Amino acid sequence: MHAPDGFIDAPVSIAAGAVAVAGVGLALRGATRELDDRTAPLAGLTAAFVFAAQMLNFPVASGTSGHLLGGALAAILVGPWTGVLCVAVVLLLQALLFADGGLTALGVNVITMSLVTVAVAYPLFRALVRVLPKTRAAAAGASFAAALVSVPASAVAFTALYALGGTTDVSIGTVAGAMVGVHVLIGIGEALITAATVSSVLAVRPDLVHGARELRRRPELRTRAAGASGADRAEPSQA
Amino acid sequence: MQTKRFFAGFLVVSLILAGIVSYYASSSPDGLEKVASDKGMAAQEREHALAGSPFGDYGVEGVDDGRLSGGLAGVLGVGLVLVVSGGLFWTIRRRGGSEARSEPRAEPRTD
Repeated sequence: MHAPDGFIDAPVSIAAGAVAVAGVGLALRGATRELDDRTAPLAGLTAAFVFAAQMLNFPVASGTSGHLLGGALAAILVGPWTGVLCVAVVLLLQALLFADGGLTALGVNVITMSLVTVAVAYPLFRALVRVLPKTRAAAAGASFAAALVSVPASAVAFTALYALGGTTDVSIGTVAGAMVGVHVLIGIGEALITAATVSSVLAVRPDLVHGARELRRRPELRTRAAGASGADRAEPSQA
Repeated sequence: MQTKRFFAGFLVVSLILAGIVSYYASSSPDGLEKVASDKGMAAQEREHALAGSPFGDYGVEGVDDGRLSGGLAGVLGVGLVLVVSGGLFWTIRRRGGSEARSEPRAEPRTD
């Protein structure tokens, strides 16, 4: 999904850069409310995980591959503002170090892969978590749906930017159809990876999943709770 | 699971994915590349300004073995992303442990 240099003309690339800077600036402010001594390291690790997972291109239809975008996953694990920053840092380092994603396309790529994926996935995830039963399986299902939708949404965002500033004379309907078609398939991979990761973390440390805090209350009521040992069990999640 | 152990496990998983599993990733063009070449959008593509950089295209310059080159690039990338983003997040975090806080601000509402 990383757009290279040359696909989008200079005015739209510059405008996209300005939007990306504004979005990342808002995220920097918002993330201060999501991050504390415990979640800041988790957010760094989440960004590293997104980088690693993005290297794992999986095959989809006929000679095409896809990779995780990671916006849904990061937003669910560490919060939407921090999630935006996680993916933006990954995109920045990919463009600067690994020649992946054009330098002039960085604004476009931050919009499509970071801002749009988070803006679509996180509200959807939260809405589903609210209406579904408060179980880990339901939260995993919600993360699957949110991740699945985020990828074609990202493809639509790219198509819209291409409609504004595309450098070749291609029918936008053709681009839209092809982009959404293949990215629905890639979205299934995104959804599987996201749901597997979110349920793994929920299984061991539900308190660390920002988007599913409802599940933090541990149903674990010890049967021998005659009160004697209550004090030393009162803090289930300390380091 | 202890927080430290959980964090260590999370990092090890990332390193294994980037350092080892990435070798088995599909080398087919991704969705956008495929659409771009099929529909003619790729005609205007320019080469990346840093295409010749030491870690361009997820390899390490001078390391001929593909498995080693890609694995090193992956491990390096995981480390750098962790340092850069972790440094950023640590700088902008609220100070003080979340467990220890009892002010209303301790449970930020973000939804």
